[in-house]
Amino acid sequence: MGKYLKTADTVWYKQRLIRVMICVAGAFFILLLRLFYLQVVQGQELRRLSENNCIRLQSTDPFRGKIFDCNGTLLVDNRPAFDLSIILKDAKPVDRTIEKLAKLIDVPVSELMKKVENDKGVSSYKPILLKQDIGRDALAAVEVRKFDLPGIVLNVKPRRHYINRQSAAHLIGYLSEISSDELKSRKYSESKGGDFIGKFGVEKVFETFLKGKRGGRQVEVNVMGQVVKVLKTVDAHPGQNIYLTIEHTLQERAEALLEGVAGAVVAMDPETGNILVMASSPSFDQNAFVDGMSHKQWKSLISNPLRPMANKAIQGEYPPASTFKIITAIAGLEEGIIDEKTTMHCPGYYKYGNRIYRCWRRGGHGSVNIVKALTESCDVFFYQVGQKLGIDRLSFYAKACGLGSATGINLEDESGGLIPTADWKKRRTGISWQGGETLSVAIGQGYDLATPLQMLVLTSALANGGIRYKPLILKSVKTADDEIVIQNKRQIIGRLPASKKTLEIVKKGLWEVVHNPKGTGRIAYIKGIDISGKTGTAQVIGRKNDFDLSEKDLSDHFKAHAWFVAYAPSVDPQIAVAVLVEHGGHGSSAAAPIAREIIRTYLEKDEYNGA
Amino acid sequence: MFDRRFVKYFDWGLLGLILLIGLLGLVTLYSAVTSATPTPQKTLYFKQMIWYCIGIAGMVLSFLINYKSLYRWSPAIYAVCILLLIYVLMMGRCIAGARRWLILGPVSIQPSEIVKIAVIISLAKYYSKFADTSGFTLRELLIPLMLTIIPFMLIVKQPDLGTAMVILLIAGSMTVFVKIERRSLLYTITGCIITGPLVWFLLEDYQKERILTFINPDRDPLGAGYHIIQSKIAIGSGMIFGKGFLQGTQKALSFLPEQHTDFIFSVLAEEWGFVGSVFILFIFFVLIIWGLNIAYRCRDPFGTMLAVGITAMIFWHVFINVGMAMGLMPIVGVTLPFISYGGSSIVSTMICVGLLMSISMRRFLFE
Repeated sequence: MGKYLKTADTVWYKQRLIRVMICVAGAFFILLLRLFYLQVVQGQELRRLSENNCIRLQSTDPFRGKIFDCNGTLLVDNRPAFDLSIILKDAKPVDRTIEKLAKLIDVPVSELMKKVENDKGVSSYKPILLKQDIGRDALAAVEVRKFDLPGIVLNVKPRRHYINRQSAAHLIGYLSEISSDELKSRKYSESKGGDFIGKFGVEKVFETFLKGKRGGRQVEVNVMGQVVKVLKTVDAHPGQNIYLTIEHTLQERAEALLEGVAGAVVAMDPETGNILVMASSPSFDQNAFVDGMSHKQWKSLISNPLRPMANKAIQGEYPPASTFKIITAIAGLEEGIIDEKTTMHCPGYYKYGNRIYRCWRRGGHGSVNIVKALTESCDVFFYQVGQKLGIDRLSFYAKACGLGSATGINLEDESGGLIPTADWKKRRTGISWQGGETLSVAIGQGYDLATPLQMLVLTSALANGGIRYKPLILKSVKTADDEIVIQNKRQIIGRLPASKKTLEIVKKGLWEVVHNPKGTGRIAYIKGIDISGKTGTAQVIGRKNDFDLSEKDLSDHFKAHAWFVAYAPSVDPQIAVAVLVEHGGHGSSAAAPIAREIIRTYLEKDEYNGA
Repeated sequence: MFDRRFVKYFDWGLLGLILLIGLLGLVTLYSAVTSATPTPQKTLYFKQMIWYCIGIAGMVLSFLINYKSLYRWSPAIYAVCILLLIYVLMMGRCIAGARRWLILGPVSIQPSEIVKIAVIISLAKYYSKFADTSGFTLRELLIPLMLTIIPFMLIVKQPDLGTAMVILLIAGSMTVFVKIERRSLLYTITGCIITGPLVWFLLEDYQKERILTFINPDRDPLGAGYHIIQSKIAIGSGMIFGKGFLQGTQKALSFLPEQHTDFIFSVLAEEWGFVGSVFILFIFFVLIIWGLNIAYRCRDPFGTMLAVGITAMIFWHVFINVGMAMGLMPIVGVTLPFISYGGSSIVSTMICVGLLMSISMRRFLFE
């Protein structure tokens, strides 16, 4: 083209189009060459590979992260398990193979055939799972006769193993096979049928850390379906290891102490919020979920009236009873309704309107100030404080102390408890708040409900001078090579609505509870360890399904719940504990000794370690 | 008034080619969906026939329109398409993690397929208006670049990498066709060479990994790499004469992923062998040359550019799809025109063919 003619005319377009056509011809020539290479040059070899679908994928399951306690004691491990599957296309004939196999592993033929029938039609090259986790003897038998069993595949699959049976089961949780609904959800998009996923507790909450990444291999198999060559391997990445804040020895101690009763023990380090113990009784066997349980076993687990599947430490809601008096005391002192010198007279009852409200001690406590009221848990003193505060002020303090809402611990289904207000009752029942109800609330009865964990966070805040720390269960996350991924730090979630002086007065009361000969928690006293605490005895109101119970159970069923919250040493506390024993009777007799033993175990071990 | 020249100048050859490919497509799809396990997806086959009918209607419609009116309408068409893309990003149905589909009563359509046509029309207008023999400078290319980048980004966001890439390739082909000025070309190339590594260093590790796997599927032997191997085995095992209709084994095991859409060529090559595959490639080759010939004979620059753009679209679809199935190309979801299952793809390709016919026929109806 000459420089003088710049407009693109038809001729110019035509010239360029010729070049385009040549390029297109070139491109098709490349495709043709490739086609020739694949179908003619390599045809024979590729045809061979296409028969019997020789190139297959086998997936390798990753090792799930292990779970340790805060000192590195292994709590949850993986063990190798062997699964038997059959690939129908390779197993020729299927019937004979199944028969032989059934004899070897001692399982009726019909059972195996049923599995085959169920999965038939999916794909004749997809392995059908016949039996999970065959024992060592069966494994050896199958391994030896491998060549006699075409199409039978043995897969090693890591299986979860909970080392200490029933220990910390509610906290750690369990794995079980993924359900079809979960498979569809996006959260488990990397999972496939037959996978085990965390369903409860730490196993569920920290699933993303624990699960690891699946690997696999590309293999070439022969006509029998046996691997002749591994073409490519992608290693499975093990999951990350989790270190919990709990202490295994202390946890076991708590569980031993709860043996035979229903209840919960939780303990934390008041300076960090690290949960040292979280025990709920009765417990359940986590391994049963992994290894499979019968319908009957499952039924008995969920229909057990003692609710073994509930984590009572965070899900159980109980009237806080006299442990609530800590809050009434704080509110009264802060609002100026009482001071340390205020005394009231307790004749054993308090008359409000035309109703008599009794003190737990029929004879009365005589002249009572705040410290004595806490020490001897005088109801009449707190009735009067509560009445003067009114329900809304009282519930304001209770909520500021962390009751009535979940603590935010990193576990699912934590209950929030309940702290009533006048408004709430009106909305809920349509009936106005009655003045007498305030008296019940002031001593932790009535509508009040709290979880052991909430009471623990409150006690712990009292112990450390007023800071409410978030209860932590995760200490750290490490990779399989021991590199730290996450190191948890303490988190402040609030402060007690109390001045230093108020706290001093309440703490003195709690010290006296254990140290004064007349203190309700005297039983928790041990020489050499300075414990402070508060008892609680929660009256039980009948429940709907009470008529299901026999006469003897019924009398037990109306027995009060026993509470004890405590911390030690009183100065520079290192541990706070909350104990609840369902239908245990008096807090002092059923709950306080457990708290005492937990504290003793923890502090004495510390001493021992220090020496 | 019916013009008799419509019959006289009608491009019967092109129609014949399209019908032949369509027929082969239906036969292949029948095989692909029949033996698919676990559940044969025969309904797909009937759906596809319905789509063909709709496609033919679209073809007739776009053939009846004088393509020159598109010159005026191109901004409106472009704007509507972009709005559709934005709408689908916000309100579209999410299938398998991608927001590509727009639900219209019983059918779902992919606006990204229609966007390809809009981009072709817009670029054809711009280039035919401003083309000169010395080529476009960088500054002149700014507008075409914007016209391409906007839908490209919106489609990447869905994400639908295959369609986005095809748009880029179509635009690139049209641009190279109208010539880039020598110095500008030099700048562009050096610019890419310099910024390429810079961008690479800015990427996160997982993004790098994804790109590397995209270029070399062997890096992912359990996913893309395995698909490629299965596809190669399927094609190669067809050997010279193929295993015969409905006799393919690879597809029967559903080891071929997306066998009725992206990997349909593997099904075809396995059953019809080298002979059949060469035949289908030859027909596609003829179709593309036919399209270029329409551009060649057209005396109107806009018509020429339009024909070039449409032909480029068909070419890239065929080249990428077949190349991917044979392990020459990265794995991207690009359909094989007239053969892969997919309503939006069929209809939009048919509309394009209608436009080609329109250009072809009106070459004599000048002025």
